[in-house]
Formats: sequence, C-alpha cells, structure tokens
Amino acid sequence: MGLNTFKMKNHNLYQYCLQLGDTSFILSHRIAEYCSKAPHLEEDLAITNVGLDLLGQAESFLKYAAEIKGDGTSEDDLAFKRKEKDFKSIHLCEVPNFDYALILVRQFLMDIYNNLLFNELSESKDAIINGISKKSIKEIRYHLQRSKDWMIRLGQGTEESNQKIQYALDTLWMYTNELFYDSSAEIELEKEGIAVLSSSLETEWRKKTKEIIVEAGLVVPENQPHSMQYGKDGIHTEYLGYLLAEMQHLPLLYPDAKW
Amino acid sequence: MEDQKKLAEFQEKIDADIKIEPRDWMPEKYRQNLIRQISQHAHSEIIGMQPEKNWLTRAPSIRAKKILMAKIQDEAGHGLYLYCAAETLGVKREQVLNLLHEGKAKYSSVFNYPTISWADMGAIGWLVDGAAIVNQVSLQGTSYGPYSRAMVKICMEESFHQRQGYEIVVTLAKGTPEQKQMAQDALNRWWWPSVMMFGPHDAESAHSNQSLKWKIKRESNDELRQRFIDKTIHQGEILGLTFPDPDLKWNESTGHYDYGEIDWDEFWNVVKGNGPGNKQRLKHHIEAHENGKWVREAAIAYADKLNSKTKTA
Repeated sequence: MGLNTFKMKNHNLYQYCLQLGDTSFILSHRIAEYCSKAPHLEEDLAITNVGLDLLGQAESFLKYAAEIKGDGTSEDDLAFKRKEKDFKSIHLCEVPNFDYALILVRQFLMDIYNNLLFNELSESKDAIINGISKKSIKEIRYHLQRSKDWMIRLGQGTEESNQKIQYALDTLWMYTNELFYDSSAEIELEKEGIAVLSSSLETEWRKKTKEIIVEAGLVVPENQPHSMQYGKDGIHTEYLGYLLAEMQHLPLLYPDAKW
Repeated sequence: MEDQKKLAEFQEKIDADIKIEPRDWMPEKYRQNLIRQISQHAHSEIIGMQPEKNWLTRAPSIRAKKILMAKIQDEAGHGLYLYCAAETLGVKREQVLNLLHEGKAKYSSVFNYPTISWADMGAIGWLVDGAAIVNQVSLQGTSYGPYSRAMVKICMEESFHQRQGYEIVVTLAKGTPEQKQMAQDALNRWWWPSVMMFGPHDAESAHSNQSLKWKIKRESNDELRQRFIDKTIHQGEILGLTFPDPDLKWNESTGHYDYGEIDWDEFWNVVKGNGPGNKQRLKHHIEAHENGKWVREAAIAYADKLNSKTKTA
C-alpha cells in the first residue's frame, strides 16, 4: 500500500469511527440530561444503563479514532475540544428530550438500527471495530428488548399513551432517513469489508420497526426526507450547538487543566 | 398485659442482637420510627441525585462522566432498595412519596445546597458520601433485618462513591492553581453542611434515645460525627487543603480532633425548608413524578389487559 493510499484509508477509518462514536456519544448525553426525571425509579435505573453502555461504546470508538489520528490527541480531546462541524453524529440523536414518549421512541428507532449495524460490524475485517462491535451487540440486544417492550406497553396501554407515542413517532420519523445515508467514509471502507453501507440496513430496519409499531397498535408514519444535509457530513441540527456549548464548557474554559 | 409481655420479649430479642423480620411482632412505635427513618433515607438518595446530575452534562472527561453517571444510578438503586425495605413495614412507595411531595417527610438537608462548580462533585463524594458511610456502616447493625441487609449492599457502593469523590478532589488539588482554588472553595462550602449531616447534638436529638434502645440506631449523632471528622482531616491536609474551622485541632488526651461550634441556626433554617435548594429540589421531583403519571397509568392498564387475557384464556 502506497503512503497516500494508507493516508486515505486512515482518514476514512478516522471519519468512520467518529461517525459511530459521536452518534453514541450524543445519544448518551441526551440520556444523561434525563437523569432523575424518569416516570419511576426503575426506569431511571434502566435508561441510565442504556446511556452508560452508549457512553462506553462512544469512548471505545473515540479512543480508536484518536489512535488513528496519531498525533497525541486523546479521546477526551475529540469529545470536548472538537468543533461542531467536525462532529459526525446523526440528527436523530441530537433531537432534545421533549418528553418520555420522544425519548423512548428515539431510543427504539436507534436500538433497532444499532442492532442491525453492530451485528454486521461484528464481522468487520478491522480487528478493533470488530471487537468493539462484538461487545456492544450484547448490550444493544438488551436495549432493544427494553425499548420494544415499552413501545408495546405504551402503544397498547391507554388512549393517552398511544397518542403520545404516535405523536413522537410522527415527529421523529423524518430524521430516520439519515440512518440509511451512506457517508463517503463508509462507501470506501465497505469495499474492504471494514464498514457497512447504511443503505444496506434499510429494508430490514423498515420490516422490524413496522412489526413492532403495528403490534403496539400504532401507525407507521409516511416517509418524508427532511434534509439533504446530514450529521454524518458534519452538518447538524440547531440543537447540537447548545449541547456542545454545555458539554464542552469546562475543558474549553480551562484548556491547560487535566481532569 | 399481652402487649407488655410481647414488648419484653421484643426487647429481649433486640438485646440478644436477633434481627426483627417483617412478619415478627413489633411495637407500633418501632414500626413508625423505622418507616420514618427508612423512607427519609430513601428520599435522601433520590433527592441526592439532583445536585450531582446538575454536573453530569458538564463532566469534563468521558471517564468522569461515566463514573458520575454510574454513581447517580447507584443512588437511584439505593432509593429503590430502601423503598422496598419500607414496604416490608406495610407502607407503599406511593404513600411515602406523597408525604415527600407534601413537604411532610424530610430528606437529608445537605442536598439543598447548590452545586456550583465541578469540584462540588468531588466534595460531595468525599465529604457527603464520606459522612453518609460512617452512618451507614453503623446501620449495618440495625435491628430491623431488611434495613440492615440493604445497608450492607449500599455500603459497598458508597465506599466506591467516596473514593470517586476523593479522586476528583486529589486531581484538582494537584492540578492548575485555578483547579486547586476550586477544590478549596468546595471544601469551604461543603465542610460544615457535611458535619451537620449527623444531626443535632445528642442532648437535643428528638428521636435518639428510643432509637438507640431499639437498636434502630447503633451509635449517637456525636459519636458518628467525631468518627467522620477524625478520619477526614488527614485526607484534606495531605492535599494541602485547609478546613474552614479555626478551632480544629488534634487533642492528644482524647485521641480525637476538637472542632468548633456548629452554626445550628443555619442547620435548623435548612431543615425547616429555607435552604437555597429546598423548593427547587422538591419541585423537580414533583414535576418528574407528574410528567410520568401517564406512563405509570399506561403500564398498569397494559398489565391489567394482559392479566384479563390470561384469565379468559
């Protein structure tokens, strides 16, 4: 492999790890924001578990990204000192916590997606991605079990709960298109068996979500792309800037400090 | 007569260090006293999530964020065990939560103080959890079985919390001058509230005597407070931090630290609800509870539907 090819491959791998790491990182941050606000104590415990798993996954991917970058950058530098346009998180994870229904539906849509994605990535030819994915998939299966159970429980619970979940589904559905958008990094890495094309997950995702949505007594919303600009390309929702302003506040204010 | 005999037998069991279990006979006052203490303890755990959650979204490293998130989750878990322990005495979680929301049940006043810097996450773990552990280690020997067993599990996690907090303080104290100042400032603000966590002096403590006789409490407020002070001073001094008590000094003859007068006016003010965070903490919990009402109702409705399906099947 020539030096340029090596550089390009590393560039793509770096971008891909950011894409995976940032998405889990931002979603775990949204869950952290919800801490102490759940409908009951058991759910506070359960959803925090999901958040912790996602944070662990993010840490692994960001650590790997930092290693690939290879200039002494740490995973914390990537998390707390990177600019918004360099984040690769997807829009769905950036949407703020409106209420429990939105938090649940957002999680459910992501859990189904992550379940498919990390299942495939467990076969990745990149040993590190392979390893992180094999560990993560075990956690994600539990996440999906939990969010699926709640979708059915609340979809079938009362008229009010059904309406709230339906509303959340309708609100979030437009963000789901990005789940199947292939970033340039993944297009290149897929050729080498390292990454998975997001578009390849669409059919199965639609089938699985539909099954559960219907079982819950809810309606699958109409498809409606909301944007041609996506988080995977570094173009974000208006929400992300505020999230980062809060999250990155201390390391930016005290750039020389170690925590 | 019957009650007198039962009471004597009950006291004999207590004196012989035999645990009282949920189905055993117990004096009504023992039950009420325990319900008050256990639910107060449970409320402290869940209200105590808030001052820490305040910095969860600003934790300055991934590691710090993971640890803090896990710690707050532990506290929710502690609340859960304790509400369950209270349920074994015949009181539902919903009932004790209502008392909390109506302002009729207390929780540890220390959680009404604001957390205004990252160093407060260190101070809470080191000092507030450090004080809580002293109390909880003692409570492992409490006479009521479910409470005692909950304490054993809680203590294991609390000692991790205390180390986590102290680690933050150590990092800051060894960090930049600004970080060290942050740590000192947090110690200045959290020291006295932590010392006050043990409650009034023994002579003024309303519930103490009977609680000690029934071994609900095993040691007095002042004994526990002294133990906390004795074990903590060295941990601060080794980091070059100064405790905000000019009267603090080692007393060779007692083998303990002497400490200054506690500002009881402040203590009672916060207990009575005039602390900076009282209204805020309660409001947060009430809002979360009310916002979750539809979820709890739906979960019950769904469970009922499943039950009736099984019955007809």
